Amino acid sequence: MIKVNHSLCTLCEICVGVCPFSALMREDDKIVVLDTCRLCKICLKHCPENALSLEVTASRSEHNLADYSGVLVVAECSGDSVHPVTYELIGKGRELADKAGEKLSCVVIGHDIADICDQLLEYGVDRCYAVDYPELAQMRVEPYTNALEEVSLKIKPSIVLLAATPTGRTLAPRLATRLRTGLTADCTTLEVRNGSELVQIRPAFGGNIMAQIVTPKHRPQLATMRYKVMEPAVKERKPDARVETLQLLANQLESKAQVVKSRRKPPEESISDAEIIVAAGRGVRSEQSLAMVAELAALLGGQLGVTRPLVENGWADYTRQIGLSGRTVRPKLLITCGISGAVQFTASITGAETVVAINSDENAPIFKNAHYGLVGDLNEIVPALIDGLREV
Amino acid sequence: MHIVVCIKQVPETRDVAVDEETGVLLRDGVKSIMNPFDLYALEAALRLKEERGGSVSVISMGPPQAEAVIREAYMMGADRGYLLTDRAFAGADTLATAFTLAQGIDKIGEADLIVCGLQTTDGDTAQVGPGIAEMLRIPHESNVIAITGVTDSGLRLERDSGDSLDTVDVAFPCLITVTKAIGEPRLLSFRRKLETADYPVVYWSLGDLGENEDSLYGLKGSPTQVERIFSPPTQSDQEMWRGSGSELAQRLLSKLSDLRFVGGMRHD
Repeated sequence: MIKVNHSLCTLCEICVGVCPFSALMREDDKIVVLDTCRLCKICLKHCPENALSLEVTASRSEHNLADYSGVLVVAECSGDSVHPVTYELIGKGRELADKAGEKLSCVVIGHDIADICDQLLEYGVDRCYAVDYPELAQMRVEPYTNALEEVSLKIKPSIVLLAATPTGRTLAPRLATRLRTGLTADCTTLEVRNGSELVQIRPAFGGNIMAQIVTPKHRPQLATMRYKVMEPAVKERKPDARVETLQLLANQLESKAQVVKSRRKPPEESISDAEIIVAAGRGVRSEQSLAMVAELAALLGGQLGVTRPLVENGWADYTRQIGLSGRTVRPKLLITCGISGAVQFTASITGAETVVAINSDENAPIFKNAHYGLVGDLNEIVPALIDGLREV
Repeated sequence: MHIVVCIKQVPETRDVAVDEETGVLLRDGVKSIMNPFDLYALEAALRLKEERGGSVSVISMGPPQAEAVIREAYMMGADRGYLLTDRAFAGADTLATAFTLAQGIDKIGEADLIVCGLQTTDGDTAQVGPGIAEMLRIPHESNVIAITGVTDSGLRLERDSGDSLDTVDVAFPCLITVTKAIGEPRLLSFRRKLETADYPVVYWSLGDLGENEDSLYGLKGSPTQVERIFSPPTQSDQEMWRGSGSELAQRLLSKLSDLRFVGGMRHD
């Protein structure tokens, strides 16, 4: 923790002002460190008297790093299908393992999973561990955690990658806690240095800042990774790639939870959760043009959004309205068509990851909020996009 | 039935920026509030109490100022509040936080159900709830969107597993983390404010907990370390494209393909 040397401290309170976590406070004639301290060490750099220092004590539970090697990817499956994020985990895992000069393994948990295991062997893993029992047919936290613990203890990986999906985000902390090791959620960048030391970057405060996080003394290093962030694995079969079966004991398969019923979710209805949105504004001058924009949205696997004038025209439902008087959206991709970019609209799209704006007026304010600004007539561009997408 | 709800005090806004030169977070005068998801967790607990009887305790880890969120929980209807506060808890990552809260819940004793919000708005990890369940070695379910049944022995609930909605029966004692679909939290009651003004908040420090070994708490008990924080890349790479309709469309399609919004998604 941060220690204050009170004989050096002049109570200038510079540290109080620079602390990003409001963790330093003046209490009478002393600077005190509060529980909100995250040990970011920024105060150390700013103290003119060098009165602050970091007291580091080795954790009692630290692990012998030399015992751990390789990357383990936890495959995400439901029934007999593999979630596509699994290929991204394998792609990243292969890259990290190659840089560290170590092996890449994956583990598949479920029932009747032989085909899935064979399929994953084609994507560059050295070993695929199968944990195959009827009790594992549906995701139940306790036996799934037991399976992950077994494979971790058996192969002692240096790095374990899981998907930042609802399932991955419920299993990863369970496994990290059982192994008493570090876990970083929703990583957007992963790299290795000095062998297999994992450098993890993740967004914090809703993406307003990024944090770089390491797990220096504990193994394995666990990270979850968002879907559609990394490159998927390329098809290649390693010469000695093979499946190994892992056994669990009867008590490891027990659970205090029973899945009574499971049903596929209906397709997304709310534009608030949509990953891709194509939005139409006042520049879309007819219902036929709007239908064209809607078709583009459908071809991209996304949702149609609109601005207020189109709702007032009666062309679209209120539930599709983006703006301060409508909904806020955080899609991965937003394409605006004929939207000028009034604040009431732009304030509601700040969470969009990639914004493409199509507008014929090159001075439209929307271009200031767009990554890619297309200056042109949407009645020419949108049909050409639709034709192009139909060919794919 | 005894329910424990875990709550946290967080900054009111996520609109924080980083000073490019110093790497310091700028959040002048930002107010603190109860983590929004925790309001839903508390609401779920209070509804169960109304249906089945029993009591609701809330627990938080944080500085003494975090007493404010416990007072707020009293105004919604919580019966008892506990604040884990100690210099030794400083710098805790999700593992050390889960350990500390689990120690506190263990000391409160006899919890049939522990309810947490899905995640906090300042950390966004969703890791502490499952971590507490593992520390206590009890089952847990994350992403709970509805509680559809409750008996003396357990809950029937709906969980959102991403691709599917699952109906799950889980036995007490257990932990759940809830989403906002669980039901709108009630407003603070002025009557409750008056009634609970002299409710005590129980303060516990390291010495009060069952495990006193300080290397298991705070920074010393945290396997992860934040090396640095920085602003995400800005939109300085903004591009303006001009050309005919078909040229612009072609260029956009190839960009969307590079960004993997088009084509090459499926492998099976």
